[in-house]
This record gives sequence, structure tokens and C-alpha cells, in this order.
Amino acid sequence: MTDANERAAAARTDASLSVAVTGAGGSGAVTAGLILLEAVAAAGLYGLLRRSAGPQIRGGESAALLRFGPEPIHCAGDRCDLLAALDWANHARFADEIPLDAASLVLADPAAGAPPDAVSASAARVREAGFAASAREREGGRANMVAVGAVGALAGLPLEALLDAAGRTLSGKGEAVVAAAHACIDAGFALADPADRLLATVELYVPPPERWHITGNEAAGLGALRAGVRFVAAYPITPASEMLEWLAPRLPRVGGTLLQAEDELASVNMIVGSAFGGVPALTATSGPGLSLMQEGIGLAVASETPIVVVNVMRGGPSTGIPTKAEQSDLNAALYGLHGDAPHLVLAALDIADCAHTVAWAVRLAWRLQTAAIVLSDQSLGQSRAVCDPVSQALTRPARDATELRGPLLNSDAVYRRYAITADGVSPMSVPGEAGRAYTADGLEHDTEGAPSSRAADHAAQLDKRGRKLTVFDFGPDWAEILDHEDGTEADAGPCLCIVTFGAGRGAVVEAAERLRRDHPRVRTIALRLLAPLQRTALMAAMRDARVLVVEQNHGAQLFHYLHAEQALPAGARSLARPGPLPLRPAEIVAAATALLAEDRHDRD
Amino acid sequence: MTETSTTRAPGDHTVGAASPPRRTGSTPARQPPSAEHAPSAQHRAVIPSLRAQTYKSHIKPIWCPGCGHFGVLAALTKTLAYLELPPERIAVVSGIGCSSRLPAYLSVHGFHGLHGRALPLAAGLKAARPELTVIAAGGDGDGFSIGGNHFLHACRRNQDFTYIVMDNEVYGMTKGQASPTTQPDWHRSKLTPHGTGVRRFQPAAIALAAGASFIARGFAGDPAGLTRLLAAAIEHPGFAFVHVLSPCRTFRAEHHAWKQLVHPCERGPAEDIARAAELIQRDDGMALGILFEQQIPVYAPAVTTAAEQGQSDAAASAAALAALEAELCR
Repeated sequence: MTDANERAAAARTDASLSVAVTGAGGSGAVTAGLILLEAVAAAGLYGLLRRSAGPQIRGGESAALLRFGPEPIHCAGDRCDLLAALDWANHARFADEIPLDAASLVLADPAAGAPPDAVSASAARVREAGFAASAREREGGRANMVAVGAVGALAGLPLEALLDAAGRTLSGKGEAVVAAAHACIDAGFALADPADRLLATVELYVPPPERWHITGNEAAGLGALRAGVRFVAAYPITPASEMLEWLAPRLPRVGGTLLQAEDELASVNMIVGSAFGGVPALTATSGPGLSLMQEGIGLAVASETPIVVVNVMRGGPSTGIPTKAEQSDLNAALYGLHGDAPHLVLAALDIADCAHTVAWAVRLAWRLQTAAIVLSDQSLGQSRAVCDPVSQALTRPARDATELRGPLLNSDAVYRRYAITADGVSPMSVPGEAGRAYTADGLEHDTEGAPSSRAADHAAQLDKRGRKLTVFDFGPDWAEILDHEDGTEADAGPCLCIVTFGAGRGAVVEAAERLRRDHPRVRTIALRLLAPLQRTALMAAMRDARVLVVEQNHGAQLFHYLHAEQALPAGARSLARPGPLPLRPAEIVAAATALLAEDRHDRD
Repeated sequence: MTETSTTRAPGDHTVGAASPPRRTGSTPARQPPSAEHAPSAQHRAVIPSLRAQTYKSHIKPIWCPGCGHFGVLAALTKTLAYLELPPERIAVVSGIGCSSRLPAYLSVHGFHGLHGRALPLAAGLKAARPELTVIAAGGDGDGFSIGGNHFLHACRRNQDFTYIVMDNEVYGMTKGQASPTTQPDWHRSKLTPHGTGVRRFQPAAIALAAGASFIARGFAGDPAGLTRLLAAAIEHPGFAFVHVLSPCRTFRAEHHAWKQLVHPCERGPAEDIARAAELIQRDDGMALGILFEQQIPVYAPAVTTAAEQGQSDAAASAAALAALEAELCR
């Protein structure tokens, strides 16, 4: 290994590698990323492919950001090990997302001109790589495929895996395209200087381990189908559309259907209608759509109709930054409904967990006859992972007839849809059941469902709708709690507890793994169930630890929520940073280290 | 009054409020929309015949004395009895407003939802439970103002359900503000003391332009005629819009004159859109009957493994899901 390579190896915090392919629209950077991810899977590795694109519909510059390694990839990481630039079009837009440093290696096509200042300033090593020239020498050759070969070689991916991956990814484009791609990948593989190799070439893994090759939006759709969702109302919005598009052709295969609505007001009311009919239903949207749906979600709460709204968060407020992630809709999800409207708020913790969390949300909504808002975000929804599957054993269909009907109270007397029960859940009938008709209502009502403005009815129904969420046993899924201990000093030193929710989990877990080296007891709590907050369990999990609350938004929404619920110990600190850049493990390590240093300073 | 339904026997003018229209030997054979809608002859023999009263709940309407909506409620229950629809197979969905209180006064399944959103809720219910007879109902403000977008898209979607708009040209529940169908110079609302100055919404013309396949106009003061229209609407395969002139005695006392102003639609129903457009545009807004009816493909996204799915469907669905899961692995 050369000195430079040793430096590069030292800069990496674990066995993973981050590579980026960038280029102008049509250059095929994203296709290159998809092929590299396929090769990662073929090599038996885990991977995470994020993509960054300008706002243009077609022809904008784009970047494929791939991180892979022998262990599951939790997040974007801190830096870029290897950048292959097909050209430098609008590179400045990506500069923040592709952090280069002196240990980074840049493959630059001399045909694209000199690297921009941002690249030169990073002190990254720059190697000339004639992607375009090499592609021109081959019939139908494309520079992005040459880059795939070169990147694959330097990143230690076996040539067979790259060729196989290209064949799979491009199979729909015909044999000539695949043959040309193979020729270019071969050429690119040879083009890379073996001295620059960042990792030794891994063996091809035959057969590859059973892994999901999935985006968060696809996983969320799968979770919906697993839990029995058979009706989906859809209104397109970035970055949730792919979830709906994934579901559209698959719902009919399981006997379901999707209806494109005229707006989000319609889609939320459509799923209320379906659920009223006894068919589990869901819609997906993003911030602006969530705002439009709030009245309908409140209707589901008041009428006790089970619905699920998946909100794939993007930068806000207003139109915000539609193509980038931000965890800034937490307040809207928690507090957006008018009146006293207790409901469920959940957050998916990673790409695969979208399947688990959405399925759980569907089941909870039906068990508790209320609305569930599931928070995902662009970084989960539109990123593609090679990851371990979430077992189907974890999910079972939501609509269990006995659960739905609930206790048959006074079964020979009048049917009371909103009967007051100990657990707050009343017997719900569906159309078709003779003698159990009722009028579901957003108006306050008595136990039979008749409109009522009487104080006693209002109090009884409010109590009932609140109680059913507070007395229910949500089990252990409310959070993922991980202890990052080295096992030698279990009782030594202060315990640090990092609390986050949803997609914040990835960077937090990786940060905790690094902190463990200097701090023996680090615990991470990633909240999957935000409302109702499992306050007692959360406080027990934090015990007497120093607490750092990490989230990707400007207003520290989770931190304030936990404070409002009196769930945080004194001295808890907040690390809240808005999008569009992903949360980086290093900034969490820095904040945690500062917090612990403060403690030491206080003690001294 | 001119016969208004294509599926009823002509000359049924004598049917009064107290007696629902009966099928006669000359009635053309009715094609039930689905097996669930019309009980078999054998089935019919063992259940007592359904009466209008069967479809009424015990809840007393909040409507003012003389309100047109009473007539619509009566006509609707008679229609349901006439069509022999089992109450448990019917769902009535409404928005917010005086007329939207309708579901509570019926013994069928009901949903009193959000202001302006009856149509999408009905659309979702019909997609999920295609075997149900779904009826959406509401007022002019609910349907044409806050729910106007849904009205356009329900017309063009042509799902198989009925939409009854009880038009009294005023927001009654909020105490008398101008609605989209109010005359521009009506100045009795404190909200618009000089009138709205805005031209009236034209429900039938807009429904036609938006692609509705069945458009009828009825009058709450003519329950027999309205019953025939509602029966035809419910039996129409596709989206059926019934615009009902339903007087508001409290805020629009001048509606008293409607009894004299309404008249049969002389040349309807049109089956040709151009002819229907002319008929609707030339009409004075008081012509009663089916204004337009066209048989076009029904939009029917449908959940096939619905609420009462059989075991075989469930097994097939599980197998399909397993195949789908396998596609996500590589």
C-alpha cells in the first residue's frame, strides 16, 4: 500500500467505503450507482444508495452516492472516499453532499476540464481517468459504464459482480446495450491504477445471501400489503409518489386497488370511506399534503375510523425543499389536528423498518380504531438499500373480525357503536351487517352515534378516545434501544443516552459505535412510537444518563416535545440541525463528546 | 308532469306522497346493478316487503318546519323500499350542512363526514365495497363551493353511485349566507349586504361539462316525481347526479313560489351531449326530470378480497403476497 492509501484507510472509521458518481443529466450517473449497488449485493455486502438530483424533470445534473461494506450500512457517513466525476456540470450543488478531504480520491475525466475550486481546495488526490475517450473506442460505449469499471476496481468489487450487475440492471435495454456496457466495464476495470486500490478485491459471494434490494418507499408499501391494506388513495407528491407507484400494480395482485384522487383532501376522505367499509386503507403524502389532510385525519379520530397516512418528510415549511430530507413535520403530525384528538404517530427507523413500522401502524390503527400518521422521509423513501429483510413473521393482517367488532355489549339490545368500554374500544360494525347500522360522525355523538352536544356525552367520548390509547399495551416496539458497551466496564463512568426518532437512528447508532471506544456505556433510543409517548418506559430507559436528543430539523421539535411531556432529565441537550444535508455521525460524536466534557469539567 | 325515468312505466302521475310507485305489468324488466341489489324472487318471498318506514331512524330531524329536505327524506326512503334494497346493503354519505344531516335520519349505514367531502368518502367506500348501494348527499354550499373540485372529478370519474344535492340557494346551518347558487343581487345576508355580485353556479351545465353520465333535476315539493328520479339515478350504472330544488322556508321565504315555477323538462332526457347542453343552457333552471343520461363505461376500481372474503381468496392473496416479497430479494 502506498502512503496515500494508508492515509485513506486511516480516514475511514470502519470497513465501509463511500463512493460517488456525478454527472450532467443524461450522463447516467444514477444508472452507474444502481449497477454498483447490484454488484455490492452480488459480492455479499450491504449497501446504501442515495441519490441527489437538481429540481429539473429531465436533464439536470445528478449524483449517485453509494456506501457499502461487510456490515449493515446505517447512514450516509461523514465523507466520500472516492468520487468519479463524469463531468463537472453544476458540481457546486453537490459539493456539500460529497465531503472530500485529503484522504479522498477523485477520478476526473480530462475531457471535462479542470476540477472546480471546491475539489482542489479539499486537497483530495485527483487522478485523470479518460472515461469518455475510453467509451468512444467501443461501439455503443458510454462513459458512465467505464466509470463503473474503474470505481468497482478501486473499491474492491469483483469484475464478475460488476458485469453481472450491469446485465441485470440493463437487461430491459437489449443485448447490444449490455454487451457495450460489459466492454466499457472491462475497460474501466483495467483503466484503474491498481496502486490506487482503496480496498482489496472481495470474493464473489455465491450464492449471494438473501437480502432485500429495496427503497424505503417500497418497504413502506410492502408493510401496508402485509398488514392487509387493500385500498390506497393516491395524490402524487415528491418524495412519496414512488410508494404509491410501487403499490399501484401490486395491489390488484392481492385483490386490492388504488385510486388516484383529485387532491389530498379527497385521498384522505377516500381512505376514511374504505375503512368505514371494513377494508384497511392507506394513503401516502409529504408535508404540504399532510397539512391538507389534517381535517380528514381528525374526522377519522372523531368517528373512530382506522386510517393510516404515511408522510414522507421533505424540507419545509411550504413547498420547502421537495427533493431533500428533513424531520420537520413532527410538530404537524403531533399537534396538527384541531380539538382534543388523540391519535397515533409513528416513525420508521430505517429503510427496511419502513415495512415493519407501516405494518404495525395499520394493525394499531385497526386495533384502536383511530388514525395513525407514519413519518418516513426522503432519505429513507428514495434511497435504495441492500439490507437484511424484515421477517414477515413480525406482521400479521390488521383486520381481525373479532378485533373489529369488539365486545358485543348488550347484544340483544340496541347496537351502540360508541359504547363506553373499559379499554375505550367500542364494537365497530361494517356495512352488510344487519341490525348493526350506525351513522359515523365527525359531530360529537352519544354511544349510539346520534349527534349530541351534551357535556356528559362529550366528556365520555373524549375520555374513551383518550383512554384507548393510554391503557393499550404497545409492547416493546415503541423504540429500538441499543446498548453500545464493550462489556468490560459495565458499571463504570456516566452513561450517555442519545435519543432520536425515525431516520435519525442511522447516524446516531453509528456515532454511538464510535463513542463506545472512549466511553464504556452509550445507549441509543430510537423512538418508533411518538404518540402516545411511552413516557414511563422512556424515562426508565434513560435512567440517570446524560441525554442528548438528536433530530434533523431547525426547531428541535422532538426535544421540545419530550420536554413538554416532562420525559427528559435535567441537563438534557439538543442537537437539532435542519436538512437538506444528512445527519453526520461525526457531528453527533462531537456534540456528545462536548456534553461529556462539560460533565467532567463540572466535576473537576 | 312528463315521465322522467327511462326505466319506469309511463303515466304514473297519480302516485302521491303516501304511496310509493309500484311496478306494473308494463314496466320493462329492470336490470339489477348486481345480485346483491335485488333479492331473488325466492328471497323476496320469505322476507316481509320493505316499507319506507323501514329505512327511517328514530332520530327527529333538526330541520325547520316546511323545509324541503323532509320531502327528500320521504322520497329517498320510498325509493329504497321500492327498489327493495336491504338496509344493510346501503350506505349514505354526507358532508356538512342542514341537508347533510340526512344519514342520521335513516336506518341504513351512514357517514356524516366533513364539509365538502362527501363525494371522496363515498368514492373510497364504493371502491372498497363495490357491492354496496352508495348514496352521497348534501347541500349546494357543501357540494358546489367547498366541495366543488370533488364534484367535477366525481362527474368525470363515473363511479357507480348516486349524488343528491339538496339545493336551497343558501347556507342555512350558518344562518343564511349566500351560496354558489344564490342570485348575485340577493342582499339579505349580513356577509354580502349588497349581494355577492357573482354569477350563479350552474349545477347541471357543469355536471355535463365535467362528464357526468346521469343528470336529473327534482323538486322536494314533488316527492312522487323525485322518487322516480332517485330510483332511476340509483339504477343508473355510473355516477348519477340528482339536483333537487329544496326550498328553505327560513332564509329564502321566496322559495314559496317554486311550486308554481317548476315544470317538467319537455324534451328530456337527452342522450346526446350537444343536445343536452342546449337543453340545459336554454332551460330556466326549474325544469324537472332526467336532463341527460348516457351509458358509458363505469369506473370501477374494486377491492375483490373485500370484507367478507372467502378462504380461497385469502389463500390466493397470501400466495400473491409471497410472490411479491420474493421479487424484493435478489
